[in-house]
This record gives sequence, C-alpha cells and structure tokens, in this order.
Amino acid sequence: MMTYEELQELAASEVEKQEQHDYCVRVCLAAGCLSLYNDEIKNALEIAVEDRGLGDKVAIKGVGCMGLCAAGPLVSVEPDGVLYERVSVDDAPAIIDALGKDPVEHIHCPLDIPFFERQQKIVLENSGVVDPESIEDYLTRQGYEALMIALTEMSSAEVIDEVVRSGLRGRGGGGYPTGLKWQTVAKAMGDTKYVICNGDEGDPGAFMDRSVLESDPHRIVEGMVIAAYAVGAQKGYIYVRAEYPLAIERLKLALRQARRHGVLGDNILGTGFNFNIEIRLGAGAYVCGEETALMASIEGNRGNPRPRPPYPADHGLWGDSTLINNVETFANIAPIVRNGGDWYASIGTEGSKGTKVFALAGQIQNTGLIEVPMGITLREIVEEIGGGTPGEKAFKAVQTGGPTGGCIPKEYLDVPVDFDSLVELGSIMGSGGMIVMDETSSMLGVARYFMEFCMTESCGKCIPCRVGTAQMFRLLDKITKGQGTMTDLELLEELCDLTKYASLCGLGQSAPNPVLSTLRYFRHEYLEQIIDAPEPVA
Amino acid sequence: MRHRTKVDLPSDDKRWKMVQGTMRRNGFRPDALIETLHTCQEAFGYLDDEALLFVSRALHVSPSKVYGVATFYHFFNLKPQGEHTCAVCTGTACYIKGAQDIIDTLSEQYDIAPEQTTEDDKLSLMTVRCVGACGLAPAVVLDGEVLGNVTPDQMRQHIDEVMNHDDV
Repeated sequence: MMTYEELQELAASEVEKQEQHDYCVRVCLAAGCLSLYNDEIKNALEIAVEDRGLGDKVAIKGVGCMGLCAAGPLVSVEPDGVLYERVSVDDAPAIIDALGKDPVEHIHCPLDIPFFERQQKIVLENSGVVDPESIEDYLTRQGYEALMIALTEMSSAEVIDEVVRSGLRGRGGGGYPTGLKWQTVAKAMGDTKYVICNGDEGDPGAFMDRSVLESDPHRIVEGMVIAAYAVGAQKGYIYVRAEYPLAIERLKLALRQARRHGVLGDNILGTGFNFNIEIRLGAGAYVCGEETALMASIEGNRGNPRPRPPYPADHGLWGDSTLINNVETFANIAPIVRNGGDWYASIGTEGSKGTKVFALAGQIQNTGLIEVPMGITLREIVEEIGGGTPGEKAFKAVQTGGPTGGCIPKEYLDVPVDFDSLVELGSIMGSGGMIVMDETSSMLGVARYFMEFCMTESCGKCIPCRVGTAQMFRLLDKITKGQGTMTDLELLEELCDLTKYASLCGLGQSAPNPVLSTLRYFRHEYLEQIIDAPEPVA
Repeated sequence: MRHRTKVDLPSDDKRWKMVQGTMRRNGFRPDALIETLHTCQEAFGYLDDEALLFVSRALHVSPSKVYGVATFYHFFNLKPQGEHTCAVCTGTACYIKGAQDIIDTLSEQYDIAPEQTTEDDKLSLMTVRCVGACGLAPAVVLDGEVLGNVTPDQMRQHIDEVMNHDDV
C-alpha cells in the first residue's frame, strides 16, 4: 500500500528520469498504427539510438492513439514538436539524425492544419502522450490527483455536486445527465452497490472507447474509483468487447499497477475506502451495450434486456443498486474533479456541456479520432477537420449514431452538434461514430445495411423488434433489387412506426432510424427503385 | 452453500486445466459461464459438445442454458475453424469502402460462403463485426493480424502467402 505522498515522490522521480533525456520520440502503439507495424518502427528507432550511442539522451516511448489514423504509422518528437506521418522502418535513422534540427521532409506532417488546431482535448489529453503501460507516466500528468482530492478533501455529496454542476451527459449515446444518475444511485437503499463501465462499443464505425482504453487506461480506473466513492459502491466491473484484445491487455496491466500502488483495492491511499474492479469480456452481442442486457451478460446469462423501470440505480446487477456509465463518461470525471464542474460547464452549448470524441471514418481525407467542443458544426468537422471527401467525389451525407442513428444531408451541415440538435434532424449523437459518405454511396443500400445489422443483432426477446427488423429488411432488400412497389414502401413506413413504439429496448426502438432518416432526406432514391412510383424518376 | 461434487476433467489434455483454472478463480460460480467459455475457446479453438457438457457440470448450470449462452454470442464458435482464418470486417466504414467486394472475391476464389471452411480445412472465411480499425477501412483480420486499406486482389495475395508458407 502506498500513500499519496509516496505516489507524488514516484511521479517526481519519474519526471526527473524523463528530464534526463534531451529528446523523447513517441511511437503510436494503438491498434491502428500497430497494424501498420509501428512496433517494428519502434525497434528500428531503438536500434538507431543505440548505434549512435545516444541511449541516455534519447528516450523512445510507446504511446497511445495520436488521432490522425489516416496518416499512420505516426511518430512524434518532443521537445521539437514534430509529427511524422506514414513512417517506414527505413526512416528510423533519419528521424534520429534530425533530432533538434529540421524535420525529415518527406514524412513531416504539419501541425498547423485544422485537424489539430480545431480540436480541444480533455478525454484525449493523455492519448498519444503517456505510455499506457506505465502508471508512473500517468502520475506525471496529474494522474490520480483527482482521486486524492475527492477522497481527502471532499465528501461524496460534494463530488456528485461537481459532476452535476459540470452538466456532463452520458457519452454512451443516451445523453442522460451523469450527475443525476450518480445522485439516484447514492440515494438508493442497500449496502451493496456496483459501478459498471460500459466498454461494449458495439456501433460499427466507432472506435472512441477502444482508443481511450488502449491509450489511457488509468484514466478510466481513476474515474471509476471516484464514482464508487461518490455513490458508495464496493465493487466494479469493466465490460469490454472481446474483439479488443489490446485494450483488454492494457486494462489488465493498469488494474494490476493500480492495486500495487494503492489506488485500487482495500484501504485506497490509506483513507479506509475499499473498491475493486474486475474485467468482464463481451462475446460479440450488440444488444449488450444496452444496460440491462449488459448486466445480464455480467451475470453469465444471454444478453437479453428487460423492461425499465426498475432502473439499474434501483435494481441492477444481482438486484442491487448499480451505476453504469460509458468509457468516455468515466474519462471525463478526473478533469472535472480536478478543475471543478464550472470549468467543464464553460465548454460546449446550453444543453450539452464539454467536449465529445468522434471517430471520423468513411469517405473522408483525415480518418481518425477527434475531440471537439460540443456545438461545433458538422461542416467544421467534415470539411475543416476531416479535410472533406477525397478525390473529385462530392459529399453526400454524414451518418451519426451508428446503426440506430441517421444520415444527415449537406443542407444541414451548419447545424451545431449537440445531443438535442441531432435528434431534431432525425439522428442521434450515439457514442460518436461519424461515417462520411460521398455521392457513390446509395442511401437505400446504407439503410439496408443497417437493417441487416439490427436484424442479426436483435436478441429475439420481444416480437416487434425480432419480426419487425426482419420484415423491414425483407422490404428494403426487395426495393434495393428494383422489385418493390408503393405498397411495400407504405408497409415499410408502417413497420418503422410500429417497431419504434412497441419494442422493449433501445435497439428495437431506434432500429428504424436509418430508414426514417433516409426516407426523410433521400426519398427520391427509394422512388427511383420502385417499379410503380408515381413521381417521374429524377 | 451449494453442494458441490468434484467433476472429473474430460481427458488428460492439459488444456482442460486452463478451463478449470478460470472456473476456480471465479469460485465455480454459475456467473463465470461466459468467462469459462472464453477460456475454453481460447484453448481449443471452438466449443464442442464435450466442452459444453463439462462446463455445464462443473458450474452446475443446465446444459440447455450453456448451449443457449454459447449460441447467443457471435464470438463463440461451435465448429472447428480452418488452419487459417480470414475475417473480413463488416463495420460501417468498411462497408462504405467496399468490404463486400472483398468477401465476394474471396468467396469465389476459395469456393466457400462466409462462415464456412474450405474442404481441406485450410481456410475459414468469416465476417466479423466492427473491429474498430475504421481508420484503415476496409480492414481484414488474417490469423489475428489486422490488415488495413486492402483491395480484394491484395487480400488474395496475402492469403496465398500464408497458405503457401505452410507448404514450404
């Protein structure tokens, strides 16, 4: 067991150790760059340093996601403030030789582009900077300082108060006020309470949580321990997708380190507070992102959701009061406690505070991970940060909110992004996946794709979702093949309505969204495919 | 306290010890079912009837429930996989960037539908839910290694490479 003073000493000695090196070369080792063999580049850099006898001057550090996945593998050099893109093993000696001089021209990535300048990092402030496998490195970035403040200087009610004041809303997609959720769990009866971190990032096209878990796992641990203190929980679970092996490995390591350093387990930092965390692996069921289904899965059952109320706050895991938040929500907690709720509330819009992490993908120049203040327009994200669509192809729509979100056409690009405005447009914020589509993408095809996904992922418990998604898919498939009639279209719209209002959980309730939003903005594409369409085909 | 009788391992195969280890770590509680199935699949590559029945007895969970859980979750395979597995990501970004072309090409080349294994048990062609490598779309996971920005032709070459490697 360590005290906070000992942790601070550890942080100080780590800073001292790092300062002995004149240069730090950071190599992105998140899943994206790793699959482009950045680990081999790291080895090559180490050899180049060794060959030049610079071992005590230059540190090579493996770090998490730097964001601009499109230009990977990425390597950055501090204090030069240089970023290298599309690095190959052969570039390693040149990078080391250029330390403190002009950067290597052909792989130099300018940092004064909107992709970097328009971002505001809170959740991702450590991503691409700290070594995710080192608790010492995390400590040098004010790591576990918020936990110490919460445990020693604040009552649990005061912690919740800061979260309420911050205006933080759940980042998993629903946008439920986090502070309110914490209050409800804190007030709930019963001695046993649980804290669950939902890392079952099931939306195809979304990789925010994977990046956070791979790049800064201690941030999640810290957020969860603070939450446990605030609501009075003794045990926590992190539910992660089995498809994210690297994230699981780094989380396991982080939990071991946290226990050894006394910030997790019994008598945390000598304050007498006990809290432990276990990892539970998902097994590839989209519906397990729904909170009641997720809890059923932790209990070892099929991931079937159940009706709410009772909400998990009253009747959660094994019938006890349970707080369940998303990875990104927990990642916001430490900065909120450290800097105060008012600071966080000063960022963003009236109804949606703070920043949001988005995964930009699809037909866009700068695919990758971005964090922007709420209220930024879609146009700024797509055209400035994302660099627009590649080649000559024109932008057509941006899809937000995953398979249960919607497609937003170019007419609405100037709408500020927050929870409420996206709902008005017939889409949802969702967990933060943003897929850009150009004129070559068929909106009907996209609707069919998502319906197939929802049909496959429907757990089958309630009939509107099980049968509704299958029938809607059948109709969409028929229309796509040019065999649909106006009657089919009417039936499709009727089924959308029925499935939306009669389904048990969020999956069925929002499964029609992609169809409804494409019908709203791209109805002509449906009509073009229908054989007895009344309108002349454009 | 539930009455527990010791359940014998199905065989001397050391891998059963791994499976038992996971159950022991979780106190043989029924809620360790999914964790145990994960270990089982990791050890044996897939879940056969023998494995499901062993887990059922050891955790005191009915066989129908074990089977129900194993078939509910896509991650669990109830059939053995080929020597090599090629899993094409079908996430949205990969869909937009032509994952279907890759599936169609490979399907035709090796004469198997997705989720099937070639007759010589050399290759399984799978489709997987988003692997979160959207920045590299379209992405394919070949024997556990993520390959990004691939074309159907490149994929064919990659697969031929790993398969020929075995023949040498």
